[in-house]
Amino acid sequence: MESCTNVPRAQEWIIEKLLFLCALISVFTMFAILAMLLFGAISFFQEVSIIEFFTGTKWTPLFKPQHFGILPLLWGTLLVTIIALGVAVPLGLGSAILLSEYAPEQVRKIIKPVLEIMVGIPTVVYGYFALTFVTPILQVVFPETSVFNALSAGIVMGIMITPMVSSLSEDAMLAVPQSLREAAYGLGARKHEVALRVVLPSAFSGVVASIILAMSRAIGETMIVSIAAGSTPKLTLNPLEGIQTMTAYITQISLGEAPFGSLEYRTIFSVGLTLFLIVFAVNLIGHWMARRYWRQY
Amino acid sequence: MIPGRKVKEHALFIICSIATLLSIAGLIILLLDAFADGLPWLDFQFLNSLPSHYPDKAGIKAALIGSVWIVGLTALFSFPIGVAAALYLEEYAPRNWFTSFINVNIANLAGVPSIVYGLLGIGLFVESLTLGRSILAGALTMTLLILPIIIVASREAIRSVPKAYREGAYALGATRWQVTREIVLPSALPGILTGTILALSRAIGEAAPMITIAALAYINFVPTSPFDRFTVMPIQIYNWVSNPIREFHHLAAAGIIVLLGVLLSMNSIAIYIRYRYQKRVR
Amino acid sequence: MIGNVKIDVRDLNVWFGQNHVLKDITLKIKRNTVTAVMGPSGCGKTTFIRALNRMNELIEGSRTTGEIYIDGKNIYDKETDVYELRKKVGMVFQKPNPFPKSIFDNIAFAPRIHGITDPKTLQEIVERSLKEAALWNEVKDRLKDSALDLSGGQQQRLCIARALAIKPEILLLDEPCSALDPSATAKVETLIRKLAENYTVIIVTHNMQQAARVSDYAAFLYAGKLIEYGGTRQIFENPQNVLTEKYITGKFG
Repeated sequence: MESCTNVPRAQEWIIEKLLFLCALISVFTMFAILAMLLFGAISFFQEVSIIEFFTGTKWTPLFKPQHFGILPLLWGTLLVTIIALGVAVPLGLGSAILLSEYAPEQVRKIIKPVLEIMVGIPTVVYGYFALTFVTPILQVVFPETSVFNALSAGIVMGIMITPMVSSLSEDAMLAVPQSLREAAYGLGARKHEVALRVVLPSAFSGVVASIILAMSRAIGETMIVSIAAGSTPKLTLNPLEGIQTMTAYITQISLGEAPFGSLEYRTIFSVGLTLFLIVFAVNLIGHWMARRYWRQY
Repeated sequence: MIPGRKVKEHALFIICSIATLLSIAGLIILLLDAFADGLPWLDFQFLNSLPSHYPDKAGIKAALIGSVWIVGLTALFSFPIGVAAALYLEEYAPRNWFTSFINVNIANLAGVPSIVYGLLGIGLFVESLTLGRSILAGALTMTLLILPIIIVASREAIRSVPKAYREGAYALGATRWQVTREIVLPSALPGILTGTILALSRAIGEAAPMITIAALAYINFVPTSPFDRFTVMPIQIYNWVSNPIREFHHLAAAGIIVLLGVLLSMNSIAIYIRYRYQKRVR
Repeated sequence: MIGNVKIDVRDLNVWFGQNHVLKDITLKIKRNTVTAVMGPSGCGKTTFIRALNRMNELIEGSRTTGEIYIDGKNIYDKETDVYELRKKVGMVFQKPNPFPKSIFDNIAFAPRIHGITDPKTLQEIVERSLKEAALWNEVKDRLKDSALDLSGGQQQRLCIARALAIKPEILLLDEPCSALDPSATAKVETLIRKLAENYTVIIVTHNMQQAARVSDYAAFLYAGKLIEYGGTRQIFENPQNVLTEKYITGKFG
């Protein structure tokens, strides 16, 4: 950083524009994503009715007769997400309460980095864990469990998003003013009463925001479901059966190298657009709730 | 006092502790499982062999080199662009609707599922720009994916540079770019580097967008140019884990150990930079 | 005083958003003197000296009207190059703010950005500036050390040296001693007196003893208005305005 020369004004101007262009790449990326998805989806919908797409209950683009009803994929995504939240919400909230209300500083200093490590582990590793560890256990407990099933993928995805729920919820709980806790303790409240009746309700929208954001992560997660949940789009309530999610379907087609431009290939853009819009909407709600919460304190 | 309350107080503590222990146990079992399965298969032959239809001959070399290519090029593209964007947003951008529009965009991009970036990459780089299923297309896709992370981390580092430094430099007649280059950037660099390394370690672990770009090619060669086809470690692990033959699962586990090892060393570098920086600034 | 005017401020007004911080300030400052700007906190002292090198422009939402002539040229003219202006009008801040670089690089920063690259010239500038700021003897053996390792008083003298390196004509000091201990303060005050031989010095202070000790002229600001301005002795011994009198006798502020 030693080379300083007198920078002419024109150079100043050029540099500012260059930096601006780099910042503009984010806008460009967003437009490119939308354009790609819309372009692919529109050409898809020229051949497949949009009504069939959103109401059809069969998704068999790869077999004759072809059916293009996205509901089974949507349901697969929803089922796995519900299972994941079923795991992540109690575990995440439990550890958030422990960390914010019970744990002394030294314990927090150990637990928080461990939870952060979990966020950094590649999802393909979680997928491996689901298929080779959790599924065999499930098969012992419920012998009718198939090799690929929604439950195993959902549980492991829940483990994966637990740190998100706990760290965002803990932030929200820590933001609750100490004076509120003191007021409750002053009235003779015990820790659990303070935690459950004062802190949790005060931090409610912050906690909900953390759950919603974790949910959006689960909806968009790809590898765990591709590895462990199967590739059989199905409207089933039985979590021990194989299903297929939107993300896993996109992976499956990508892997198969369906020829560019074919109808089968273009399905991934209509599915991708649906996925994008859902995640976008969920994020919007999550960020809106988070903002509302943080403005309060 | 009602005796039940004391019990409840302890009960909540125990329940919360169990929840925390369970989530940590999840991590530990996950790691133990992978290590127990993979360690016996992890040897020099594994690191130095190309993929094969025979489990005991297969190795991770092509994927490891592919990952190095991808991460190297991604770093080359994303670091300057990300830092420049962050500098613009922190040091230059006027407070107007367009700047907030850019900010909203970056926040939204960070939440886009990674597989959607794969679709973007296939449409934009593989097809429209006719780069094919090449390393270059993969690295460009990965660049777009981690840019929001680098920008957010860099902005945080830039924001933590004391205002007094900037004022001191401006008062000496420095131009905005001189202040930015000579004062702000050197002070923010450790934080920027830490954030970039963490973003790159995300890029190493990402499988979904790479699968859409690279597809399920049987790559039995080591790529030597950015225009070659490629595979990366997460894809190779996915391939092995999807193989019904059990031995391949052990290869997947061995691959996971290598992948985690690479991530661990990258994170250690990031932590080391942060540590040295904290020591230097009192 | 007419022939010797260095700075001529006419109807200076500054707003920050809706906040009218300086109101119709008009005054002339003489070459090679020390002028103290006094007043209770929030009266606009700092804003006033930051108007002299156009540093207020860095604050979003600020607006300035009126004229400031330095050597007969209006610095708020469109043609004025703000970077050249700041080269001519050096500034030292309330809290010492050395850059996180070596002592040498701190001093050499301004000459370098203004185009001096020759190592020998830079070496000379660093030595001259540090000597002028009465810091040379303390740091000459460790010019490569980080400036952040210096004591507070040394850091502030380093900041003065840094400003002197590009030979400004005017030196603005914004409460330069407020973060220093008494002995460091004494050193800086002696230095200020000496600097007046070559520079026009304007110092913001809320310490009245300091104003009396170091300045030739004193201006008293209150709520954004210039209440009184004159020779320091006259202001302290015979204030014309009741507000000034109240302030210097410690009745408020």
